[in-house]
Amino acid sequence: MKSPIRLERRLEQPKWLNWAIPVISLVAALILGAIVLFATGKNPWDVYFRIFERGFAGTRALSGSLKTATPLAFTGLCAAVAFRMGLINIGGEGQLYMGAVGAAGMGIALDGQPTGVVVIAMCLAGMLCGGLYAAIVGVLRAKFNTNEIITSLMLNYIAGIFLSYLIYNSTSYWRDPVSKNFPAGKPIADRAEWNFFEFAGVKIPLAFFVAIIAAIAVWVLYKRTRFGFEVGVIADSPKAARYAGIRTSTTIILVLALSGALAGLGGAADVGNFRQLLDAKGLQMSGYGYTGIVVAALARLNPLSTIVVAVLIGGLTNAGYALQGPDFPSGLVGTLQGLILFTAVAGEILIKYRIKANRRVTTAVAA
Amino acid sequence: MGLETAVKMTGIVKKFPGVVANDHVNLEINFGEVHALLGENGAGKSTLSNILTGLYRQDDGIVEVGGTKVEFNSPRDALNAGIGMVHQHFRLVSTFTVAENVVLGESDSSLFMDQKAVAARVKELSDRYGLAVDPSARIWQLSVGEQQRVEILKVLYRGARVLILDEPTAVLTPIETTELFKTLRAMVAEGRTVIFISHKLDEVMAVSDRVTVLRGGRNVGTVNTRESSTRDLASLMVGRSVEFTRVQRVVPAETRLIVLNVSDISARDDRGGIALQSVSLTVGRGEIVGIAGVAGNGQRELAEVISGMRSMTSGSISVQGENVQSGKARSAIAKGIAHVPEDRLHTGLASSHSVEDNLALKNYRTMSRFRILKRKSIRAQSTDLIERYDIKTPGSQTPVRLLSGGNVQKVLLAREFSALPKVLIAASPTRGLDVGAIETVRERLVQAADNGVGVLLISEDLDEIMSLADRILVMYEGRIVDEVPADGADRERIGLTMGGIKV
Repeated sequence: MKSPIRLERRLEQPKWLNWAIPVISLVAALILGAIVLFATGKNPWDVYFRIFERGFAGTRALSGSLKTATPLAFTGLCAAVAFRMGLINIGGEGQLYMGAVGAAGMGIALDGQPTGVVVIAMCLAGMLCGGLYAAIVGVLRAKFNTNEIITSLMLNYIAGIFLSYLIYNSTSYWRDPVSKNFPAGKPIADRAEWNFFEFAGVKIPLAFFVAIIAAIAVWVLYKRTRFGFEVGVIADSPKAARYAGIRTSTTIILVLALSGALAGLGGAADVGNFRQLLDAKGLQMSGYGYTGIVVAALARLNPLSTIVVAVLIGGLTNAGYALQGPDFPSGLVGTLQGLILFTAVAGEILIKYRIKANRRVTTAVAA
Repeated sequence: MGLETAVKMTGIVKKFPGVVANDHVNLEINFGEVHALLGENGAGKSTLSNILTGLYRQDDGIVEVGGTKVEFNSPRDALNAGIGMVHQHFRLVSTFTVAENVVLGESDSSLFMDQKAVAARVKELSDRYGLAVDPSARIWQLSVGEQQRVEILKVLYRGARVLILDEPTAVLTPIETTELFKTLRAMVAEGRTVIFISHKLDEVMAVSDRVTVLRGGRNVGTVNTRESSTRDLASLMVGRSVEFTRVQRVVPAETRLIVLNVSDISARDDRGGIALQSVSLTVGRGEIVGIAGVAGNGQRELAEVISGMRSMTSGSISVQGENVQSGKARSAIAKGIAHVPEDRLHTGLASSHSVEDNLALKNYRTMSRFRILKRKSIRAQSTDLIERYDIKTPGSQTPVRLLSGGNVQKVLLAREFSALPKVLIAASPTRGLDVGAIETVRERLVQAADNGVGVLLISEDLDEIMSLADRILVMYEGRIVDEVPADGADRERIGLTMGGIKV
């Protein structure tokens, strides 16, 4: 039994594939989504048009989309940084929670300090908490060869429970003592609120610029530094890395810590720029960490493309929130994101391999 | 018994890029015999058996089983024709029971297996051939010897009449080996046929009826074991090339200045078994020391320990009196140990990386400022080395995996030699290369030695060692078992010691 086609590794990967495949993946996902919509009796064209309208058309739509896109840019970078070394960190979700916890604590504690100081302190606290949380995964992987997919996933649940505990099940520093019946997070100081900048009517959050800076920093780190070179060699061949005297274990821990720090920065952005408090429920409903994996995959793990893709997926998500209602199924955006991840991963295979038809071979076996 | 031909292979040719693995091999195996396939690594034994079991297809030639011409497309086809293989590396599911492993992959197995029936059949087979193993035991509970019995049972359960065993004794203790031989004799007594692949001369003598010796992809002779001797087999195996000449070079008088001192080192292999046992050796300045031996006798581990890729469990290594830290490649590099590993594309090089990155793989740390790589210096080094070492590449940016085998090796040599090492470990540096590239590599090695580098040449190619080395050490089962000066070295003696015979 032979399959009629086989995959053959491409010797050279043409440059144009790098942008063509993601675009084709996106189109393929939209077509698959259209089939789903059509089957449920909706007009796909109509639905897509409305998504576009609410996600990208006009200053209000764009302002909203950038708000959603910002945390996704951070979690996308988080995934991209680790995936590039072959470390499947799917713990961006939990690392973002931890970053939010750290940043919110800092925002509350630094009441009365100048805005600049508070913003920077919140960023650092977010990165530290997210980074340390991910470093647990790194240490387990480097020292005990534990599967990082499982540990990072499990730590997401722990972080979620910890978050709920801080707000709902304790009288922690993060909980607003005024809220008796409806437990909520304590608001951070007014001066701790991050700015928005307006360009041609579109409100761009400060954190979005932070994300762009982070993306450029990651790009430089991976492209130009010794550390980036080492990560590349480990990703290509761990044996060659060992041969060249590269400290593989240390690098694994550092890469995961960096990955977690980026997600943690996303958590800080969420608290500082958008919610102004530790929103245990809101964070867990958003699922930024998981969507970030879709963003990174579609961006082909390129930090700069991650920003662009984050805006795209952010717009899609934002439109989903806005359109939710009887004639717009709430699961649709999730379905589309799932399809995008699916086609993006399939597209990845087409960049590395090409499809070839199998020649039929005559079989003659003696009994 | 023994008159009819069980398997007949005629004019088998199999080529791989750059190598002819089987060159018009003829082989006849009779029913009811233990037929040994003897040869060094790379002689073509594995390729031949892979063709016979349907893993490879021959480029030319005919395979007949029981007088009928066959064409196998998969191991399953071969099994259907009654040919089964017991691989050197077991293919067992460690959490499954023996019985489950035996039926695993059976084409007609239904969703639920009849545990009792399978266990009974396994029991019956194991009793008949003395393959003591509990059908309900789980694989991870079994010793290596027992696991091998399961592999044999698997093949028998599927009704194989011809069993191929690939280096079956490599993992066994002497007592287990004796037991295995009893089993093999019991199987042939019932008319089954065994093809026994080995490079251990005494075992071949002890168990086989006939021996076919392969060398360089050709069948160099089939003999009746009883009419032969280890001495005859050894000389067939390593060959007697008349035209063989030693490279003429003036060995520097300073070879007495020891650059590499390996003292009493032991190490484990990847599976935790013992790979090296108290190995001591020295390499002098400008000296080429050859390590002969059949692959898998600890040579790879020796190279890895010296180059810091593998930790040693005891012993010490020093370069010009300075200690090299155990298991620290960076320390070995810093002390001036260069290493040309056997596995060029995945150990010696990061194959998806560019030529220039690979040329900087060991010195990128020095080519940076404030931890930012100096791309210009890396590019300049690459341009320089591409020219000096005559590397044929479309450019500095081309991934090395796109280069030809000879040029891949040139990239590696360029990097290792240009670091001006004190010691060079070269493992099978010419394997798989074409004649021209082999010449270049050998010249470079001699040149390095002439410049005062102490070279440790590890190779399965005895001709290569005899023509290049000043002194030859023979490795067998993780020990250095013999040492001879290369001038006037006795090939036969080396062949015997490589095969584990004490001289």
